[in-house]
Amino acid sequence: MSSYEARFKVWRGDVTGGGLEDFAVEVNDGEVVLDIIHRLQATQAPDLAVRWNCKAGKCGSCSAEINGRPRLMCMTRMSVFTREETITVTPLRAFPVVRDLVTNVGFNYQKAREVPAFVPPADLGPGEYRMMQEDVDRSQEFRKCIECFLCQDTCHVVRDHEENKPAFAGPRFLMRVAELDMHPLDAAADTGLDRKKTAQDEHGLGYCNITKCCTEVCPEGIKITDNALIPLKERAVDRKYDPLVWLGSKIRRRSSAG
Amino acid sequence: MSVVDRQEWDVVVVGAGGAGLRAAIEARERGARTAVICKSLFGKAHTVMAEGGIAAAMANVNAHDNWQVHFRDTMRGGKFLNQWRMAELHAQEAPDRVWELETWGALFDRTKEGKISQRNFGGHEYPRLAHVGDRTGLELIRTLQQKIVSLQQEDHRETGDYESRLKVFQECTVTRVLKDGSRVSGVFAYERETGRFFVLEAPAVVIATGGIGKSFKVTSNSWEYTGDGHALALLAGAPLLNMEFVQFHPTGMVWPPSVKGILVTESVRGDGGVLRNSEGKRFMFDYVPDVFKEKYAESEEEGDRWYEDPDNNRRPPELLPRDEVARAINSEVKAGRGSPHGGVFLDVSTRMPAEVIRRRLPSMYHQFKELADVDITAEAMEVGPTCHYVMGGIAVDSDSAAARGVPGLFAAGEVAGGMHGSNRLGGNSLSDLLVFGRRAGWHAAEYATGLTGNRPPVDDGQVDTAAAEALRPFSAEGPAPGEDDGRPPENPYTLHQELQQTMNDLVGIIRREGEMEQALEKLADLRVRARRAGVEGHRQFNPGWHLALDLRNMLLVSECVARAALERTESRGGHTREDFPAMDRKWRNVNLLCRLTDPTGGLAATDPVRGQIDLTRESTEPIRSDLLALFDKEELVKYLAEEELYE
Repeated sequence: MSSYEARFKVWRGDVTGGGLEDFAVEVNDGEVVLDIIHRLQATQAPDLAVRWNCKAGKCGSCSAEINGRPRLMCMTRMSVFTREETITVTPLRAFPVVRDLVTNVGFNYQKAREVPAFVPPADLGPGEYRMMQEDVDRSQEFRKCIECFLCQDTCHVVRDHEENKPAFAGPRFLMRVAELDMHPLDAAADTGLDRKKTAQDEHGLGYCNITKCCTEVCPEGIKITDNALIPLKERAVDRKYDPLVWLGSKIRRRSSAG
Repeated sequence: MSVVDRQEWDVVVVGAGGAGLRAAIEARERGARTAVICKSLFGKAHTVMAEGGIAAAMANVNAHDNWQVHFRDTMRGGKFLNQWRMAELHAQEAPDRVWELETWGALFDRTKEGKISQRNFGGHEYPRLAHVGDRTGLELIRTLQQKIVSLQQEDHRETGDYESRLKVFQECTVTRVLKDGSRVSGVFAYERETGRFFVLEAPAVVIATGGIGKSFKVTSNSWEYTGDGHALALLAGAPLLNMEFVQFHPTGMVWPPSVKGILVTESVRGDGGVLRNSEGKRFMFDYVPDVFKEKYAESEEEGDRWYEDPDNNRRPPELLPRDEVARAINSEVKAGRGSPHGGVFLDVSTRMPAEVIRRRLPSMYHQFKELADVDITAEAMEVGPTCHYVMGGIAVDSDSAAARGVPGLFAAGEVAGGMHGSNRLGGNSLSDLLVFGRRAGWHAAEYATGLTGNRPPVDDGQVDTAAAEALRPFSAEGPAPGEDDGRPPENPYTLHQELQQTMNDLVGIIRREGEMEQALEKLADLRVRARRAGVEGHRQFNPGWHLALDLRNMLLVSECVARAALERTESRGGHTREDFPAMDRKWRNVNLLCRLTDPTGGLAATDPVRGQIDLTRESTEPIRSDLLALFDKEELVKYLAEEELYE
């Protein structure tokens, strides 16, 4: 086993400001960036703020930007860097900083609340659900999401455009809409809720111009753009411009108004 | 008097894992205004790491399964020390709790008929675990989280406020349960982000904080598992039950060092993976204990046939309960037949095609590839035991989840004791969270709403004391009382590492009397030093401060484990004594209860001999006869004392 001393730059500060602080720190075989941050806490900076939980890529807590790229610190091995390289760790840029590497991710919890929940089918009781594996595969892919919010952080619609946040749910929650829309037993339509339409009208699907940045940073390898956002866009478009659907929606609206 | 923000709620749930969230949903649905407090962000609780599945006798894959068989497996797994009424309720109610998740949007893997698929697991007679690949815990937590959001959406529609009836206080830590006489009156907590203190006044508190694994060095548990709920209950005057039983999961990663302890799911074995030593031998065939002899295959051929034809063959011994497998691995390594990094080999690569492995065990594939550069479809994994779960916990009433002796206090999930006896079967944890989370929420709501007009007041003095206790690490510098020279404050990280090393080495998987006595002395020393644990910086999101506060809990709980382990002079389930290697029927009906020595809440107990914990013995209630009748007499003879059999 071989150890060496690595050079780190870690952003330290809070809402009033801050900057990069230099550290020289020991690195051992097989370690990940989060190990090094923990070593800094234990030996040099006991009050260095960082979020983490499982240290196994399952909970999505330790998101940060490493050399400018959004990543999970627990899944970034030190061996991907050269020993000479200075490693820079900064908080997620799209969210307001709380302290050091910890940001206020409240935006995401707010957006989660704006997506209407799964609607259980009225005619099926618990234990009566029957779904085929091939029909749940698509939604299951999206449910692999660990809510690390790296996709939300990297998405250019909000990354440097605070003003877009109110109107845009971000890839994670547009994918949640897609997941529910593709759920074989979701009964939203029976209650008058058209998930495809709300994706467009209420969650800002139109802002997405499929640059696939979200897919690139997803630590779960979910094909967010190809499998969730593009199909949702196609469906939304279908509904918007399908003359029959258009007519149907007009008639329904008129009768309910009357 | 300190000025601390106060809010009134009916039920406060401490912890937002599976048990806490299920309790909160139930309490809110039964009309109680409910607050949930959790140390992490909402949806990050340790439950996300559960991999294998939820055990529930739905009989979707094998029609012979039913609650009685599940009950029987659970009792066998726990070596008959289980609080049998809990095991009964658990087996009966688990299927409803799983089906209910589907109505909240969960998407389990399916059978060919479109039902919920169920997989094999250690100690379960039939395929019983509802699962989603190897990320079942994530599905569970997300489903409960989304159900909470949907209840908040309902409340928003009715009241205009998402949080009017159900609120999650995320990244907050409870340090004390407050009391009015013997009754619960609320909790004292701090916000991690700002360090601000607050009080939630509530007549009912549900503790659902999970386990204690962070007191051990090699563990599969996350930083949150510092035994907070165990300690809160002790400090509030409730006893802990059978704390000597700590489960070491047989398969944790052993290399590289930084990931040592991270879990390798039992599904690997459930789906066909085998354990081999350095000589290539499937050594588990040598480790089938007498009580399980008739139930496990005697040859590799029979074991292999079982996967296809379970009715005519017996299961391979790799699927013995976890305590047996962990001990066997430990013995192999000790005998010099281990793998290069001190574990044994767990192999699926020669057992299934690569593409099946990637589909059925995606996170294991990912985890080994990313963290250890090992492709599990092409080579064997190296694994060894890791501290995983505590069977001991708050002593509760089986039906209501009420903690003993403290009206208004409830507990569910890993923090509650009794359900799993001396050893938990895989898959029985997620079902436990749902069954008893619901029961705790139900009874807490009932208790709280029944107290209308008679809510216990919060005592200002207790709030002040709690605030002073929480602030102590900031003024740790300076000389200790009675000493002239100033000693530097202790580093909480160093104290934590020493505690973990102590528990790992001296009260670990194999225990000896002398070592446990040594551990108690070391714990006393750490306790004294922990009072001088100091922190730098200020109260805003300060991990050093948080750890200094968590140390109190870890030290209390570790003492319970060490004391109870020293007392129980036999080996059973998650408690193995080298000096008493056999299971002793006389201990079958003995519970060990831990209580605080100084119930006034003073923490000055620094006497190494007495320490902070009093231990008492108690006989368990005899197992109900209709439940005993589910077993063969020949089997019961192995577990029960003579006099128990006659009754």
